[in-house]
Amino acid sequence: MIPLPHYLTVSAILFTTGAIGVLMRRNALIMLMSLELMLNAVNLSFVAYARLHQDMGGHVFVFLSITVAAVEAAVGLAILLTIFRTRATVDVDNLHLLQR
Amino acid sequence: MFLDFVIVLIKAGVVLFALLNLAALLTWAERKQSAFMQDRIGPNRANVGSITAGGLLHIMADGIKMIAKEDFIPEGAHRVLHTLAPAAALFPALVVFAVIPFGDVLVIGGKEIPLQVANLNVGILYIFSIASLAVYGTMLAGWASNNNYSLLGGLRASSQMISYEVSMGLSILGILMIYQSAQLDVIVREQGQLLLGFIPKWGVVLQPVGFFLFLAAAVAENKRTPFDLPEGESEIIGYFVEYSSMKFGMFFLAEFVEVVIVAGLVTTLFFGGWQFPYLQADGFHWPFEAGVWHLPHLLVTLIQVGTFCIKVLLWCWILLLVRWSLPRFRYDQVMRLGWKMMLPLALANLLVTAVIVLLVT
Amino acid sequence: METFLFWIFAIVGVGGGIMVVFHRNPMSSAIYLVVTMLCLAGFYALLAGPFVAVIQVLVYAGAVMVLILFVIMMLNLREETLQREGGMATWILAGLIGLVLVVAVLPPFPRTPAGTPPPEFGTIEAVGNKLFTMYMLPFELTSVLLLIGIIGAVILAKRRML
Repeated sequence: MIPLPHYLTVSAILFTTGAIGVLMRRNALIMLMSLELMLNAVNLSFVAYARLHQDMGGHVFVFLSITVAAVEAAVGLAILLTIFRTRATVDVDNLHLLQR
Repeated sequence: MFLDFVIVLIKAGVVLFALLNLAALLTWAERKQSAFMQDRIGPNRANVGSITAGGLLHIMADGIKMIAKEDFIPEGAHRVLHTLAPAAALFPALVVFAVIPFGDVLVIGGKEIPLQVANLNVGILYIFSIASLAVYGTMLAGWASNNNYSLLGGLRASSQMISYEVSMGLSILGILMIYQSAQLDVIVREQGQLLLGFIPKWGVVLQPVGFFLFLAAAVAENKRTPFDLPEGESEIIGYFVEYSSMKFGMFFLAEFVEVVIVAGLVTTLFFGGWQFPYLQADGFHWPFEAGVWHLPHLLVTLIQVGTFCIKVLLWCWILLLVRWSLPRFRYDQVMRLGWKMMLPLALANLLVTAVIVLLVT
Repeated sequence: METFLFWIFAIVGVGGGIMVVFHRNPMSSAIYLVVTMLCLAGFYALLAGPFVAVIQVLVYAGAVMVLILFVIMMLNLREETLQREGGMATWILAGLIGLVLVVAVLPPFPRTPAGTPPPEFGTIEAVGNKLFTMYMLPFELTSVLLLIGIIGAVILAKRRML
């Protein structure tokens, strides 16, 4: 029987790893993947708490969260494709046209 | 506890053994059947001494040939992914059969052994999730070869597979609604009921449109003719041009294992699985109250497992027939069929089934 | 058995997650992310959630990651020849801050063990029951969101200006 803190530790490590990835990497695709990693970590902690309190709401929320993450990945990748078509780069440091 | 574990291992071993041997046999059956359909003899030369065994030794000859060939990784290719891709193509094909029931409960010495490797609560969803993992083999193979043409071939193959996954999933939802469960053994058991007193409630009787949609989508998912443009061979480059010897062999073994999987799924969901018409756990119950023939339990189980095997073999044979009769689709025709014709049809089937189920119950 | 599986999933999952962030080739990062997601599906199965485990494999590992891999393949992004973002010092600082965050999040956890859930916990029927009664509004809103996402992605990815 695995105690709950173990699952939450794994979730915290994955979340911080994803956060480091989003903040430190310049490649937009890897930033997107780190974002997905963060969402997954949060889903894990939802399911762990649902198991503790024996409430199915956690599972339902994870189901909806996975769906929303899929939509966001699709739209984000479409935006990325559009940017790549015009600018030929996915390096977010080069996307500073709005800066003055 | 330990005994249960051993029993599951034995069941898994039996299923894998049967699956791999059937896939190997299918390579021979395909060539012989195509030969008979095209009025020629087919492979009959491979022999040990002077025993030809009707060409069955070609299976072993092919295996030895593939293992003995040089195994190379093209220069500039990603070594790990190039080696991983055939395994990623074969693994989902082998694992799907874990939830397909090949018989009813077998009672030996007071112990009940359900003849299904794993009875998951999410039976059908498990099958779809593993089928969606099968896309990785083709994609990684196409990309890891460091070859622009195989990259395009890999993109083509994987976009075909993910397009038909949608129709495949939607066509099964009607079955889920009618039999009120996602567990495959419950679905097969429900197919033993009788409709109008004498027609067994098989899936094909209750969901004919769903059956055709599922068959077409599963054949497309499997990249078999008429959807086999990814491996178009003489006409267009596929995703496995940079593969040789046993890795190539693994791709084709994966394809034939998936033929068995498609046959097994069609049998389980639409043709009653291990159900022999009118045969129940204690014997034949003839319709219209015509009487009951009692049979011993082991004989009933044997008939049921035999029925399952014969149905799967029949569907493998039909899939091979389809391959050698139909010309292949062009890629844009494949995409148009998947998105513009099969998806609306599957949704309409779902709607009609939902309305009928609501009205009947 | 459960402990053994937990540690395998934990080590492979966390290792995969770290490799996602630190690897230079986006294709390898994507493969490591698929491995991490499969390990997470294993976690959900251990936590008596067979439905979310299968949905995780089906949607995340089977569709979202395939989509990301598609984009990587289409853009034909190879190993980055640019210098690594930030120097080694920045990464070590980031690692330390990450460690502090993890340790700060840990303490106030309930230490009481969870009871054994009833056998219908986490099944399709249980999730469907909650989804169509109590959480009906989020369900409908998510379906509208999916529609918006489909339309948006199709419009954004079209070649001509629409």
